[in-house]
Amino acid sequence: MKRNIILFFVIITGFVLQTTLFQALRFGNIAPNILIIITASYGFMFGKHYGMSVGFICGMLMDIFYGDVLGFYALIYLYIGAANGFFHSIFFQEDIKLPLLLIAVSDFCYSFVCYVLLYLLRSRFHFMFYLKSVIVPEMVYTIFVTVFLYPCILLLNWTRADTGYHSQQER
Amino acid sequence: MSPIAKRKRTKFSIPSKYLLLLFTFLCVLLMAVTFFTDYSSTPLNKLVGYVVVPFQNGVSRIGTWLSVRVDELGELRIVLKENQELKAKIDELTAQNTQLQQDKYELNNLRELYKLDEEYSGYEKVGARIIARDGGNWFHSFTIDKGSDDGLAMDMNVIADGGLVGRIVAIGKNWSKVTAVINDNSNVSGMVLASSDFLMVRGSLELMTDGVIEFEQLTDSAGKVQIGDKVVTSSISDKYLPSILIGYITEINQDSNNITKSGKITPAVDFEHLEEVLVILETKQQIAD
Repeated sequence: MKRNIILFFVIITGFVLQTTLFQALRFGNIAPNILIIITASYGFMFGKHYGMSVGFICGMLMDIFYGDVLGFYALIYLYIGAANGFFHSIFFQEDIKLPLLLIAVSDFCYSFVCYVLLYLLRSRFHFMFYLKSVIVPEMVYTIFVTVFLYPCILLLNWTRADTGYHSQQER
Repeated sequence: MSPIAKRKRTKFSIPSKYLLLLFTFLCVLLMAVTFFTDYSSTPLNKLVGYVVVPFQNGVSRIGTWLSVRVDELGELRIVLKENQELKAKIDELTAQNTQLQQDKYELNNLRELYKLDEEYSGYEKVGARIIARDGGNWFHSFTIDKGSDDGLAMDMNVIADGGLVGRIVAIGKNWSKVTAVINDNSNVSGMVLASSDFLMVRGSLELMTDGVIEFEQLTDSAGKVQIGDKVVTSSISDKYLPSILIGYITEINQDSNNITKSGKITPAVDFEHLEEVLVILETKQQIAD
């Protein structure tokens, strides 16, 4: 219950920061993707169920405010959350390398799918340009923000170390 | 009591693959519903409007307040120095002003002939502040702090700096989403002001790195359209009001079919530093009626 209340505030805060503060902090017209960080973290911290639900909610928020079709971003975030859930079994709270790697890969996949479905299908074939000017910069910036943001999310959901790394068993 | 009875009842849960399937089905269903019907997500719009928009409003208000304070401190010294210079300039300008008064009289006469400004300032407008931008990096759209409660409606045109910004595509009680004309999937029917030739203005993410967008299908058989010509919204567009400035032509190329021309347009609005916009409270449909 407590975890769900924290989750609600994390998602709302993440979405608000992504659309306001980080839009003001754009580097080279690129903003980081906070919702990916939240979705992926909950995925590998608490398993597939949580990853899916968080991804679905984050995606729906994006859809309602900025999507053309309801359910499009929700679907992408849903699968990213579910995919991150597979790595729950090799996740340790103290280790930061795996989260960084997973979030980087998740963000790359998200951007790539967005490019294919929203741009390539409208015959924008110049992939190298979009890779250089959107996909890779967004990934790098997201990783940079993760270094500061991920410890906060982890701290909010920290479980006692003496219960072992499988203290948060997937239900 | 047997040990079995003591055991906690295991919680009922669905295997994750079925949950994934369920969610996927829900998403696809929602996509189908929004794509094939006219249903715009109004109940959801209202709900999230109550939850999220107040936060966005607050954060952007604090942000604006802070940046204004910081600017004030930094500029105080410069302002004092500038004050001296400006006083000297006032005298100079007073003389010029008299000259300009005469020019203005002439200009007003010309405007009356052109009837452009008449239409422009005749629309009733309302100011709105941008409180959030699209979270992704693929499209330019933003949220403004006024909605249906302030008399706004779908398809209303949004302007700033005297140029076209875009139009409202989604609306809630206290917010609305504006999609910009520089959006990669936006098409606007335009017209070259000097020669009344029609063209299509298309947003482009690729060209926006150079600060331009593209136009195409310009039939300019007389060859009168030149670089620097003004492009305004055309009278045949069904969403945009006529004669709103879009931008200036910066490049013209002959298409390979030798009939039409295409090229690039510099938008009149600085989309990077947009903070406040004006919403025209009339839609093209209302005027047509």
